[in-house]
Amino acid sequence: MILENSTQRGLGQSLDLKLIITYLLLVVIGWINIYASIHSSDPASIFDFEVRSGKQAVWIATAFILALTIIFVIPPRWWEGFSVWFYAGVVFLLVAVIFLGTEVKGSKSWFQFGPVSFQPAEISKITTSLLLATVMSQTNYKISKFKDFLLTVVIIGLPMLIILGEKETGSALVYVGFIFVLYREGLSGWFLALIGLAILLFITTLKASPYASIVILLALLCISNAFQTKRHFWKWIFIGSGVLLVLSLIPWIWNMISSAAEEKAAIFNAVPFIPKAGEERSYFWSFIPQIKPLYFILAFCLGAIIFFSIKAFRERRTFLGLSVATLVAGLVLIFSANFIFENVLQDHQRKRIEVLLGMKEDPAGVGYNVNQSKIAIGSGGLLGKGYLQGTQTAYGFVPEQSTDFIFCTVGEEWGFVGCLIVILLYVFLIARLMYDADRCRESFTRIYGYCVAACIFMHLFINIGMTVGIMPVIGIPLPLLSYGGSSLWAFTILIFIFIALYRQEKKYF
Amino acid sequence: MDNSRRTKLIIGLLVAAGILLGRIFYIQIINDRYKRDASNNSMVYDIIYPTRGAIYDRNGKILVGNKVAYDILVTPREVQPFDTLALARVLEVPLELIKEKMAEYSANKRKIGFQSVVMLKQISVETYMRFDEVKYMFPGFKGQSRSIRDYPVNAGGNLLGYVSEVDQAFLDKHSDEYRRGDYAGKTGIEAAREKDLRGEKGYHIYLRNSHNQIEEPYNGGADDVEAVPGHDIVTTIDADLQQYGQELMKNKVGSIVAIEPSTGEILALVSSPGIDVEQLADIGKYYGEISKNPYKPMYNRAVQASYPPGSVFKLVNGLIGLQEGVLQPSYMYPCSAGYHFGAGRKLGCHNHRSPLNMEESIMMSCNAYYCYVLKNILDNKKYDNVEEALDHWHDMVLSFGFGRKLGSDFPAELSGGIPTGKTYNRAYGKGHWNSTTVISLSIGQGEILATPLHLANFCATIANRGYYYIPHIVKASEGVEIEDRFYEKQYTMVDTVHFPKVVKGMWRAVNSGFGSGGTASIAAVEGLDICGKTGTAQNPRGKDHSVFICFAPKDDPKIAVAAFIENGGFGATWACPLASLMVEKYLKGEVKRADLEKRMREGNTMVNVRTR
Repeated sequence: MILENSTQRGLGQSLDLKLIITYLLLVVIGWINIYASIHSSDPASIFDFEVRSGKQAVWIATAFILALTIIFVIPPRWWEGFSVWFYAGVVFLLVAVIFLGTEVKGSKSWFQFGPVSFQPAEISKITTSLLLATVMSQTNYKISKFKDFLLTVVIIGLPMLIILGEKETGSALVYVGFIFVLYREGLSGWFLALIGLAILLFITTLKASPYASIVILLALLCISNAFQTKRHFWKWIFIGSGVLLVLSLIPWIWNMISSAAEEKAAIFNAVPFIPKAGEERSYFWSFIPQIKPLYFILAFCLGAIIFFSIKAFRERRTFLGLSVATLVAGLVLIFSANFIFENVLQDHQRKRIEVLLGMKEDPAGVGYNVNQSKIAIGSGGLLGKGYLQGTQTAYGFVPEQSTDFIFCTVGEEWGFVGCLIVILLYVFLIARLMYDADRCRESFTRIYGYCVAACIFMHLFINIGMTVGIMPVIGIPLPLLSYGGSSLWAFTILIFIFIALYRQEKKYF
Repeated sequence: MDNSRRTKLIIGLLVAAGILLGRIFYIQIINDRYKRDASNNSMVYDIIYPTRGAIYDRNGKILVGNKVAYDILVTPREVQPFDTLALARVLEVPLELIKEKMAEYSANKRKIGFQSVVMLKQISVETYMRFDEVKYMFPGFKGQSRSIRDYPVNAGGNLLGYVSEVDQAFLDKHSDEYRRGDYAGKTGIEAAREKDLRGEKGYHIYLRNSHNQIEEPYNGGADDVEAVPGHDIVTTIDADLQQYGQELMKNKVGSIVAIEPSTGEILALVSSPGIDVEQLADIGKYYGEISKNPYKPMYNRAVQASYPPGSVFKLVNGLIGLQEGVLQPSYMYPCSAGYHFGAGRKLGCHNHRSPLNMEESIMMSCNAYYCYVLKNILDNKKYDNVEEALDHWHDMVLSFGFGRKLGSDFPAELSGGIPTGKTYNRAYGKGHWNSTTVISLSIGQGEILATPLHLANFCATIANRGYYYIPHIVKASEGVEIEDRFYEKQYTMVDTVHFPKVVKGMWRAVNSGFGSGGTASIAAVEGLDICGKTGTAQNPRGKDHSVFICFAPKDDPKIAVAAFIENGGFGATWACPLASLMVEKYLKGEVKRADLEKRMREGNTMVNVRTR
């Protein structure tokens, strides 16, 4: 005991109090906003257990107990030791819920035990992070080794696919965030870039045209090759054609900007029918996208693919070769995007993407949530309407307002300042997790820390992005703020495992 | 490497947070659209409907006015439990209707939000007054005054058109300007002049606090918008003449079109059977009945029905013959009960003396004469072949307005049809037809189709001795403009010098007295100098159509009339006296020929009309 005291640091030194305070702040902000979101003309007490604010108080209290248990009771070594079993157990639950779960809003992902319901997908983030950290912290693990890389992909992909099968697209999308962890652990930055490129191409293909996507793809390839090649002649060829391609996009971008500036009222049912003068807008550039140079550019691509693949093969230029492969893959993606969109995606997902991309306006249907959410946030202004003074959220215009759309209440009642504070708290939380992780000597703790940061980041970006209309409505909670025990518990466990691991490091090193 | 990667990730994190904050900044601070929309959620918009413009006749008589009716609106979220039976009794509607509507609203609760929806439309003032007294018992229900159409005289149902609530298809097309529950003109002048008539809606805004009570006018009423009433429309219609025409046309199928030649203004446009204005006022109720009527009252025969014009068309051929130099007024042609061509084939004619000169041929409507005229036009050595000659003839006919839309301001005008060389090449093969093949064109039969409006316009052209104004139905008035083309003279390809020669024949057709052989003697009115031309359009599907065009007075034409009576037989039997009565009514103000008028009013040609 004496020995322990001399080597161990005190509680205040070993625990990252800043992290814990940020956590507490977010939980409390969530709680008071949940109360505001259900606040109506007939207000109940914030502790009234009949309503959500009261229930959330219970969830918060139990979450604190969980946190304390994790810090002080459970030996931190267990997390690494049992990670395979945890993972296996949760995968089993994920599959089981498909057969045994109750259906909520079109997806079978909840277990219902009397009044308590529980979503395995929430916990699977934790177990996946644990196993990922365990595997990647092995001494002989190298992400550049194909076998290791494949194992990593399987660990992430398995729960993701099952969750996708449960039609919880949002929860599945969170797993994409693990790519940042892989990047931190040595995955090539190009890999990240390729995934970004694939998403960009998918969107531009659907939103604009295959032509625009191909031009973007070619322009990016030209520019990156210009940086790579050492020979002057080719450098200038690549720069020149890259610039030309970018220039050819100008009319398209111009059109997008000018039509966005017009702000076609997306919400006919909310605007009080002020008749607009039917002014004719002339597009100076509009004739250009109408010429269909798609076939020319395709022929050009074909020529380029053949020419450069021969060149790359002869001169052993890996980057050039990979560029050609990217071009081929990109073309395949562009032309199958439509197929994926029409045949792979679910009906409601397709509609949501269409609404999000502005391809369809449907303020009363799919667009309703986003529309009302944007109205609620937008009406907040700089300082907000004041606590409990929100009209939008209080009247129930915003659906799911205490769970997925809790940020609306923040936006309406606390204004831009409130949004700024909440987002900065999250940024601090995520950045702090990353700094702490990097300070750890054990790779397990470091990798796990990055996993936690990645999960919170993905939730944050998708959720707030959804409420302000830059992400599709795919219903995932805002960490710590949204109403719901399942989610609050999951994030509490996720974060406090790291805090416990970190404490152990501090204690002994 | 590690720290640099973390730095990149942190930069990424900050960029992502920046995107979110930028977007939030945009919707909260920069763009005030969302604030306005939020207000719409928490404000109560009290919509004020503008008064729709009235429609006047040319003499300042109101054809369409407005009267007040009330809509009952419900704001479902403000409704508290109430006595449904009492409400049903006050509003004079079945109890089930109220229950049904309330159930519907609670099913669409979220969609409706705090908006008000229309529960009942156009209840009468008396009903509304009764409701107003007990309104306090039914929170959430309110009345909204609204003007609906009122028709003081029964004139011009078809051309006025009707107003009804916009449907989904209409909303899809005009989503900027109309909303569900709005009214818009659907046919006739109401539709053609919708933009002038409708005016602009206004609204008063009231604020609601977070306890859902209406507090005060928003912004002290500064943002309220008052409704702008619609413009009145003055039509060219003479209400008395129109009404008279409708009365005359009772129990007849066909139409009468009257035009003022010096302006192209349509004085009357009667299509029979037509729609009564009473039905217009409540079109929803009568729509089924109207659309089931075998005589299709909705169908505006005056501009939409194409018929062969019959002998009236001889005038066109005569004028073209004169212009082409193949006819002189002095030319005489024989008629032995018809025109003989080829091996014993003949185009028959009625009994009259022979030979005739041009004036007499118009007066007695000789078929043979115009067979010679058309043959000379088509076999003119000027042209290489009959096809070229016919094409030229087609162009000249079109210059009279036939075979194309005249471009009137009336919606749904039809173009009729005039054949070209190609028409017959298709039917007979190139080179396999000649002037005798198409000889029936000479007397306005065969492949010629014209609407009554075409004929009236043609008559106005003759009255003007060679030009017409595009017929139109709306006059320029304060705030309402009509297009310049309605002020421009439209000349035909026939020189004006040729027209007086034809007019003489038309005068003699009417004013030569009975027994002279003039075909339209029954149309004569002393002192009016009516000039006219009868037509009997052969009809393979039944009794011949009766056609007549006339204008008067001869030297200073004030009115040109075309009458077309389906299955009426000879032109002189129905169309001729009807048109002449219209002229008398318009020029003299009253009709002295009481016997003729009585016979015409009581006559029924409808029995001859087949309704397939």
